[in-house]
Amino acid sequence: MTDIHTSPGVIAPGDDRSATERHGPGGSAPPAATKRRGSGENLAGYLFMSPWIAGFLFLIAGPMVFSLYLSFTEYNLFEAPRWIGLQNFTDMFADPRWRQSVEVTSWYVLIGTPVKLAAALAVAMLLAQKRWGQSFYRAAFYAPSLIGASVSAAIVWRALFSDDAIVDRTQKVFGVETGGWIGDPAMIIYALIALTVWQFGAPMVIFLAGLKQVPQELYEAAEMDGAGRWRKFFNITLPMISPVLFFNVLLETIHSFQIFGSAYIVSNGSCGPADATLVYTCYLYEQGFVNSRMGFASAMGWLLLVAVGLVTAVLFWSQKRWVHYEEGGR
Amino acid sequence: MSLLTAAVRRRGPGALAWHLGALAILAVVLYPVVWTIGASFKPSAEIIGALDLLPADPIGDNYTRLTEGIADIPISTFFLNSTYIAVGSVIGVVLSCSLTAYAFAKVRFAGRNVMFAIMIGTLLLPYHVLIIPQYVMFQKLELINTFTPLLIGKYLATDAFFVFLMVQFMRGLPKELDEAARLDGCGHLRTYWSIVMPLCRPALVTSAIFTFINAWNDFMGPLLYLNEPDKYTVSMGLKMFIDQDAVADYGGMIAMSLVALLPVLAFFVAFQRYLIDGMATSGLKG
Repeated sequence: MTDIHTSPGVIAPGDDRSATERHGPGGSAPPAATKRRGSGENLAGYLFMSPWIAGFLFLIAGPMVFSLYLSFTEYNLFEAPRWIGLQNFTDMFADPRWRQSVEVTSWYVLIGTPVKLAAALAVAMLLAQKRWGQSFYRAAFYAPSLIGASVSAAIVWRALFSDDAIVDRTQKVFGVETGGWIGDPAMIIYALIALTVWQFGAPMVIFLAGLKQVPQELYEAAEMDGAGRWRKFFNITLPMISPVLFFNVLLETIHSFQIFGSAYIVSNGSCGPADATLVYTCYLYEQGFVNSRMGFASAMGWLLLVAVGLVTAVLFWSQKRWVHYEEGGR
Repeated sequence: MSLLTAAVRRRGPGALAWHLGALAILAVVLYPVVWTIGASFKPSAEIIGALDLLPADPIGDNYTRLTEGIADIPISTFFLNSTYIAVGSVIGVVLSCSLTAYAFAKVRFAGRNVMFAIMIGTLLLPYHVLIIPQYVMFQKLELINTFTPLLIGKYLATDAFFVFLMVQFMRGLPKELDEAARLDGCGHLRTYWSIVMPLCRPALVTSAIFTFINAWNDFMGPLLYLNEPDKYTVSMGLKMFIDQDAVADYGGMIAMSLVALLPVLAFFVAFQRYLIDGMATSGLKG
């Protein structure tokens, strides 16, 4: 299981590994095997695929189309949707709380993701030097990634960052009076960011797998040329693990756009204080399910889809400039 | 020259520095967990503000109060509901995702590459855009306050991550095996069930454990779809503590937080190899 597909490049659509499979029925010249087994294979394929096809149509594609329609309507679930054109979108741009939610979410993504990935890479590089106890540390550092998204973790976080608790006390030792981060609109977002950074173990494990594949000869050659630690990092490590880095950046970014539970619980269900943790999904939830503005919430959902799509597209586009895939590797 | 490189290499952080660094990180990472364990044995009033990590005088009151339930609902109800949903999800994901993955990896049918691209696309789709329309649909079908909305997607292979993981694994299996099976007259169903599935055990186990943990931790799904306390999952049971405004029972809330994590931690201890290898191979999110 370990060595088959460590390269994260496999995320690219249709990036089939095996050359023979690549010439599947999608290609223009089906190989002899396909001809032989023709329609029976099609039937078998669609039968095996039927759960996914049903799921895609009824739980993903259909709802997306329906949601697009709803985003141009006023709809409260009990009366028929009323077409209002672009009203939801113009309302949204004029809504200071919507702008706040965009700001909070952007801040969370822009600070949280780089810090988390930097921590993940730094610790992965430490663990990559094989020493006694390596796999114990790896497992222990990974554990928060499994529990970090739970309600329990958010409850504990709220406790640790509240007034007079450990973080506050530690700051007082250094003469900083904060009164806890949870009650402070300027600071609570950093408690949330700390919660996501705490879960650095998941990207760390992926970095570690990438670091293991960097040929040691490269470092030895660089050392012969007198390269220092930083030069080796920027000229060898970073380019060699850039596919893994790309994969982590992509997934962590998309993932953190969708934060909900932690923000909801850490703020005690208020997304406050003063809307300081009003992340995008909190506002979508509030508009859709508390205020029954399903049309408005659908419009919010679609706008987020477009935003995430743009970020993904930019990342894939930028890939050419900084991601180095091994030549001849596939 | 070789002496030189050896000297350069030795300049890296020594074993002692390495272990000190690793232990420091370990302390930060584990602090919240150890704190929670300690706090769950402290009286409510001493949980915040008392600096000692472990209680000087541990008490079991927080746990005994839990046995009385939360707001008159026994906590076993929450655990049973969560278990039902988590186990139901695991069965659904293992069956539906492996069937789909088999088609992608082993059957050559028209439109396969297009569907594979779509499946990968759904991997990156933010869930937000589906929240409202799915809710409307399940509301019209009168399925609110049932477990169906939380489970149906698992039986329809909408967890693209696991499909992807299994496809990758199945492609790595030697082709000779299913070719031999075919020559022996095995149809696809037999090949899938008797040959591919047993060989895919590592990928199935990884998917199963991640599915269990995700379903167990899920908060938004139950928040949207369950609205009566006797249907609540553990996450929602915990939320009930928060809803009681002044947090009447702080110690109970911390104790319940810890108990809620026990199944996840147990799975982690038992299967950490599967989880970490699964992560490393495909970047699965926990």
